[in-house]
Amino acid sequence: MMTDPTIPVTEDELHAYVDNELPAERRGDVERWLATHPAEAERVESWRSMAEALHARYDSVVNEPVPPRLDLDQLDRRPRRWIIGAIAASVAAFAVGNATGWVAHGAASSPSLLQNLTGEALDAHRLYVVEVRHPVEVPGEEKAHLQQWLTRRCGRTVQAPELEATGLKLVGGRLLPGPTGPASFLMYESASGERFTVYATKAGIEAAQMRYVAEGNTSALAWAERGVSYVVSGSSDRTRLTQVARLVYDQSERVGG
Amino acid sequence: MSAFRQSVEAMIPALRRYARALARDMDAADDLVQDTLVRALRSERLFLGGDIRSWLYTILTNLNKNRRRSLARRPHFMPLQDDNPDASGTEAEGRDIERALATLVEEQRAVLLLVVLEGMSYREVADIQGVPIGTVMSRLARARAHVRAVIEGERPTLRRVK
Repeated sequence: MMTDPTIPVTEDELHAYVDNELPAERRGDVERWLATHPAEAERVESWRSMAEALHARYDSVVNEPVPPRLDLDQLDRRPRRWIIGAIAASVAAFAVGNATGWVAHGAASSPSLLQNLTGEALDAHRLYVVEVRHPVEVPGEEKAHLQQWLTRRCGRTVQAPELEATGLKLVGGRLLPGPTGPASFLMYESASGERFTVYATKAGIEAAQMRYVAEGNTSALAWAERGVSYVVSGSSDRTRLTQVARLVYDQSERVGG
Repeated sequence: MSAFRQSVEAMIPALRRYARALARDMDAADDLVQDTLVRALRSERLFLGGDIRSWLYTILTNLNKNRRRSLARRPHFMPLQDDNPDASGTEAEGRDIERALATLVEEQRAVLLLVVLEGMSYREVADIQGVPIGTVMSRLARARAHVRAVIEGERPTLRRVK
């Protein structure tokens, strides 16, 4: 079929040209047209580099070994819930490296579970940080009692981390229902009244890399380590939040959960 | 192993690539692939021939739509990786494209990935999404314009990082 080179090139044709969907007899017309339309030529060029960037970013996935949970024979036999549990258990190998590696790397596991309990922790944070008279059940002055009580009820060693280094003082804590069992909830406050909370629960996630979430003027960092999931919620200043979470993280490391 | 299963198995690496770019989270992506495979195996007897590849991409695309609906009420995790001075040029570029993809609406992201990353024809994508080719083309055009704007910072409001 003959095409009329005087017909102006359309937007659709430019895309079809880049995606090799243009009829061969029209390609020449488009190329000649582009030669006299530098702005359009530049746009077409940007689509090509966009394609290169996409391939550069994602093509390596094709060469990754296929995880066992995608093995067809296994999929025939087992429903997905079991497999998820097996995966969560198998990422125990998660290791926290040096200072730079602590947030960026590591194996992620069950993001949806971590997401769910981060949602719960944020709800609790928003509910209680506005409380003036009853923000906590047990005040920070009774720290030893608070730790003892939460340890007994949560079935793991609960120690209120020292956050003085970031200017935060323990207001106190309470027991909360978590998605899979009791959760400890500790509140801290700065001299200016800025409040942070530390939510922790055993939720069946062995280990998960640190994730960040922001909702309105509240943000949170969530991770799991040795079977305990932690959510530190507070101001929307990410640097400040990271500083606080870092201290919590370092101390939970020492306590061992 | 049946020919059907062999064809499905051969598609797993490419499905993982598409899912990874679509869901932007390795575990969520493999969940999608896993659910796609389970559904495909269950429907083996219902599959009356045709293009297994398109069929698998259709299942995955639809599952992702449902997943996003159920995720709507959950907080959305973001990577904590803004200022890594060690990132090489390629890595930084990879992050840019990732961030730009994240700002696309669902249907546009799927079209862009199916056409550009997976090399599907407009016709195949139209079938996968169940829409006319014209809709595929306008989604593709909008996706490209948007990604370009984000990467080149033509829309400062989109680049502002809190």
